[in-house]
Amino acid sequence: MSNAHSIPFRAILRHVLLIAGAALMLAPFIWMISTASKPQTEIFSSELHLIPHQLALAENLREAFAKANLLRFLLNGVIVTISIFVLQIMVALPAAYALAKLRFLGRETLFALVLFGILIPPQATAVPVFLMLHKAGLLDSYAALVLPFTISVFGIFLMRQFFKTVPDDLVDAARMDGISEFGIVWRVMLPAAIPAVTAFGIFSVVAHWNDYFWPLIVLNSEQLRTPPLAVAHFRNSEAGTSYGPLMAAAMVIIAPLVIAFLFAQRRFIEGITLTGIK
Amino acid sequence: MAQIELSAIRKSFDGADVLKGIDFRIEDGEFISLVGPSGCGKSTLLRIIAGLEPQNSGQVHIDGRPVDAIRPSARNLAMVFQSYALYPHLSTFDNIAVPLRMRRLSAIERLPLLGPLLPGRRAKERHIRADVEGIAEQLDIAPLLRRKPGQLSGGQRQRVAVGRAMVREPRAFLFDEPLSNLDAKLRVHMRAELAELHRRLKATFVYVTHDQAEAMTMSSRIAVMMGGELIQAGTPAEIYNHPNDIRVAEFIGSPKINVLPGRIRTDGGVDVLGTALKLACSAAAGECRVGVRPERIDLGTGPFSGTVVHLENLGAEAFVHLAIEGAGLRLIARLADVRHLPAMASSVAFGFAPDAVRIFDPAGKRIELRVEQPERIREPAHV
Repeated sequence: MSNAHSIPFRAILRHVLLIAGAALMLAPFIWMISTASKPQTEIFSSELHLIPHQLALAENLREAFAKANLLRFLLNGVIVTISIFVLQIMVALPAAYALAKLRFLGRETLFALVLFGILIPPQATAVPVFLMLHKAGLLDSYAALVLPFTISVFGIFLMRQFFKTVPDDLVDAARMDGISEFGIVWRVMLPAAIPAVTAFGIFSVVAHWNDYFWPLIVLNSEQLRTPPLAVAHFRNSEAGTSYGPLMAAAMVIIAPLVIAFLFAQRRFIEGITLTGIK
Repeated sequence: MAQIELSAIRKSFDGADVLKGIDFRIEDGEFISLVGPSGCGKSTLLRIIAGLEPQNSGQVHIDGRPVDAIRPSARNLAMVFQSYALYPHLSTFDNIAVPLRMRRLSAIERLPLLGPLLPGRRAKERHIRADVEGIAEQLDIAPLLRRKPGQLSGGQRQRVAVGRAMVREPRAFLFDEPLSNLDAKLRVHMRAELAELHRRLKATFVYVTHDQAEAMTMSSRIAVMMGGELIQAGTPAEIYNHPNDIRVAEFIGSPKINVLPGRIRTDGGVDVLGTALKLACSAAAGECRVGVRPERIDLGTGPFSGTVVHLENLGAEAFVHLAIEGAGLRLIARLADVRHLPAMASSVAFGFAPDAVRIFDPAGKRIELRVEQPERIREPAHV
């Protein structure tokens, strides 16, 4: 109480460090907004300034929407991420239930394989998966974007860990009440696991919304492009990269995630603390 | 409603025998308590009756029919769990309605969104509502029907769990330590309520507990289990007064029965602490253990003496802890009259009536006794 007026040195140091870190993290975003607001001439001028002398945000946005079908790309992003997430849940929940609550031969081995699966980076399996999709004639389609991600070993692992904390009595009570095993997954375990499902949903949607690598490999058709590819669209033209519209497009495609984050900030943080992953 | 027969039930987990051949018959309408220390296999036995756990060998018959290949829900038994196991996302009403919905509605009718639109669903749902509300009325939980389990107290959750069991009108009720999560006062209250419920429903109750007080106060019969075996079954009075094994004698009764080292003489007489008791038995001479309940120890008179080392005055009764000189033994005597307590550290004479004594051989089995009273020879009680 006595030093209520004097701010302790440690607190100041802590905040200075935090502000410096935040500034470092935010710099690219600020640069993006700044560039998106400048006309072409200012972007290439040699002097460095953040606030544009002449505000050209509207023109850049207009050009971005005119050059590329941004709305279509955003819709593609929604279709792909939602499909991936729904299918991942449909696979992960029953698998996690079996690994957490059912007793069968080889359960531990299967779980070890799941853990092993987490260690494999997606790039390592990219070529075989690409070839399989080619053989199946599925390249350049929504299926090519969605199918490789339907089985998420991370999702199975996360759900299994959460299901372990659901008391066995609850499962037994459901069995006594006549609920089938699949019924238990959807009627008992899913409602109990909503926090874990939300956390997993956040990771899944963010990862696949922002994924650049896989769509770039499997897509040719312009109408199937996902949001990150849309940004790249502004880069390659022989007439040189038009940075203003590019940055404006980037702003548009990150907007859904930023808005979602602002609306569900607490859920995001809960989800991240729940999984212990940063 | 149901008679349950267990024959030669065996169960092992990872090579460890949990149940070593249980034969037991539970009569229709009985309130049976399976009681024993933790790890004795009583919960496993209950789960085998319920069908939640398969036995390694042996059969379970309900009403004369083998049920071993039948799913838990199809056995039509209801179970109340220690943790109540209420569905946390459903209201009290929906929790109680689950067994009815599962039984009365078809899979399509249970679908979310689509189900409620189907013809006939409305009428069935109305019946379910009437049944659930009837149960809630009986259990005094009608005002709680809209609440979620998280908003209920322990006792209320307990009642909801009982309601969920009652609503399906099962052939028998299985209880797995349902009171152990409640505080002491509520436990005593719920004990009376459960006994009352049993009288009203006249259904078969199988009740697992490690609390001998619960078993003694509620059951029509007690089955004592130890180390995977059923040692003794009988009415509470039989189990208390005529335990046929020292482990039963020690488990039932609080404070614990006093056990003194004794000796059977070659002529069949029994010595304890160097004093001959007015008893005789036909067992071979040798060591034995002599059990006397605390309330059967008479302070003030008798051939023995001890020093008062501790006094517990509970108001209505008192427990006097005595140390026996030279023997390194402690005894507890229950005193009904708390106005005349012996002083701490004083020496007190004590004794016990011959018919208060139970004698067990070194393996723990009870030895039948004859009280040496020429005028009336008591028949040893058979269990």
